[in-house]
Amino acid sequence: MEQEKFIAIEGVEMVFHTKKGVFHALREIDLTVRKGEFITLIGHSGCGKSTLLNLIAGLTRPTEGVLLCANREIAGPSPERAVVFQNHSLLPWLTCYENIHLGVERVFGKTETPVQLRARTMGALALVGLTAAETKRPHEISGGMKQRVGIARALAMEPKVLLMDEPFGALDALTRAHLQDELLKIVAATGSTVVMVTHDVDEAVLLSDRIVMLTNGPAATIGEIVDVKLEHPRDRVALAQDARYAEYRSAVLEFLYRKQAHPAKEAA
Amino acid sequence: MNAMLQPESSSAVDTLATAAIAAATATAAAATAATAAPQRRPRQPVVANATARVRQQVSALALKIIAPLLGAALLVLVWQIITIKNSSFPTPLTTLHEAVTLFSDPFYRNSPNDQGIGWNILASLQRVALGFGLAALVGIPLGFLIGRVPFVSSMVGPMISLLKPVSPLAWLPIGLLVFKSANPAAIWSIFICSIWPMIINTAVGVQRVPQDYMNVARVLNLSEWKVLTKILLPSALPYILTGVRLSIGTAWLVIVAAEMLTGGVGIGFWVWDEWNNLNVPHIIIAIVAIGVVGLLLEQALVALARAFSYEQVAS
Repeated sequence: MEQEKFIAIEGVEMVFHTKKGVFHALREIDLTVRKGEFITLIGHSGCGKSTLLNLIAGLTRPTEGVLLCANREIAGPSPERAVVFQNHSLLPWLTCYENIHLGVERVFGKTETPVQLRARTMGALALVGLTAAETKRPHEISGGMKQRVGIARALAMEPKVLLMDEPFGALDALTRAHLQDELLKIVAATGSTVVMVTHDVDEAVLLSDRIVMLTNGPAATIGEIVDVKLEHPRDRVALAQDARYAEYRSAVLEFLYRKQAHPAKEAA
Repeated sequence: MNAMLQPESSSAVDTLATAAIAAATATAAAATAATAAPQRRPRQPVVANATARVRQQVSALALKIIAPLLGAALLVLVWQIITIKNSSFPTPLTTLHEAVTLFSDPFYRNSPNDQGIGWNILASLQRVALGFGLAALVGIPLGFLIGRVPFVSSMVGPMISLLKPVSPLAWLPIGLLVFKSANPAAIWSIFICSIWPMIINTAVGVQRVPQDYMNVARVLNLSEWKVLTKILLPSALPYILTGVRLSIGTAWLVIVAAEMLTGGVGIGFWVWDEWNNLNVPHIIIAIVAIGVVGLLLEQALVALARAFSYEQVAS
């Protein structure tokens, strides 16, 4: 039971009260995520993907409905639901090591010795292949490296759920492909449950077990869910020739560009 | 409170921006000097390039050394012209002679009211250091509290807005009343005038910590102490240092005026004393000396701010 409904989102509504008035961002969101599942949220910009992710993170609270993680209500942010932010959000005055260590210290500081904590931090750096950048500050490394440190910071806390908000959005295509492959390996090794926001169709098909497609906002909701039944490990080069891959890809494209054509295009 | 902080916060940002622009221009100038010539090399003949470089160096030299010297020379010229019309005003040459004798023995002590200019400047600096140091000890933590706790912000905000525009000299009688002595009263005035920029800039710096960093703190579930030391303090530090710089500038302005009123030893008192002696050359020398010390204080704090500023991460 818990395996099947590791994250449960039931009847969630999100309404923002802004200076410009009331904005109904999400309506009637129902979704369950299995333990160890990789879910991507995809939709046009402004459809509330990030809002849904922030709700799961606990950074914002829903107007209506409940969100559960491992049968406990999500009442606020917690290291057990680690977030990889879109703009990496590393603290510029700390080294890569210190950025990761901050979370490690918080989660394991009470139960483990400093030597063990250091080993955890170095392990996380090694996991993303950045052992050499230990003493570097964020401004001294490339965008891809920063994003990897952000992932390492999240993974080092051994979260139950990894939440990623367009983690590779700002990177060039080659770096993005490289990090996607690394992420697949890491997830295979750690068995993490992942919810990722993306606007990249290929990324969604390559990484996900299920692709959750959101309708256009305002008052966006889940339009369709595609079950990606491609076996792991996945190889991007081999998949490029795979008929099923093309089928999944066109299913997502069909949804995004036919059924939910971008509002701007409709107006034109 | 936010509305109350607005004018000051924008001025803080302006100052920061000015500092940033100054720094950027400096680095840009250095960068041009270092890279411009080599980059052009492949495109132009070597000889033309060499003359261009010489011309560039000459114009840089003109801007950095010749222009300020010309400005100073013009000032002296105007001064000389004034002295021709007005015989009570000392000529630049007599003032220079006076300055040479004055600075040849800056640390003499004839009587409590007759001491070298060095002692007077040191006495003023000591008062500024004490008043300013106490203001930093009180103002910076208070600024953190105001920036972090909206209730405190609303509580003391109106009071700060009311008291900030008051000339610190208006506080001098209160100081005299409470401390029954001139020296602590002068320090008290310095304390009052330096505390406002530090409180306000610290509060604004803390309020402007990027939401991204606060989200990180929330997801990592950091303790309030860790939030303070690892996120708020480093993030607000450039603002705090701007506050410190504004404070020390004001403190140095105020001490001269305060000492004119309180007497004793100090550069402000010295100016007033020389006026009573009708020793105008000494007053001019004091003005220049006060300016130089103020400039040095400012430069020291700019250097400090530069040492503590971090590279902003472009997202």
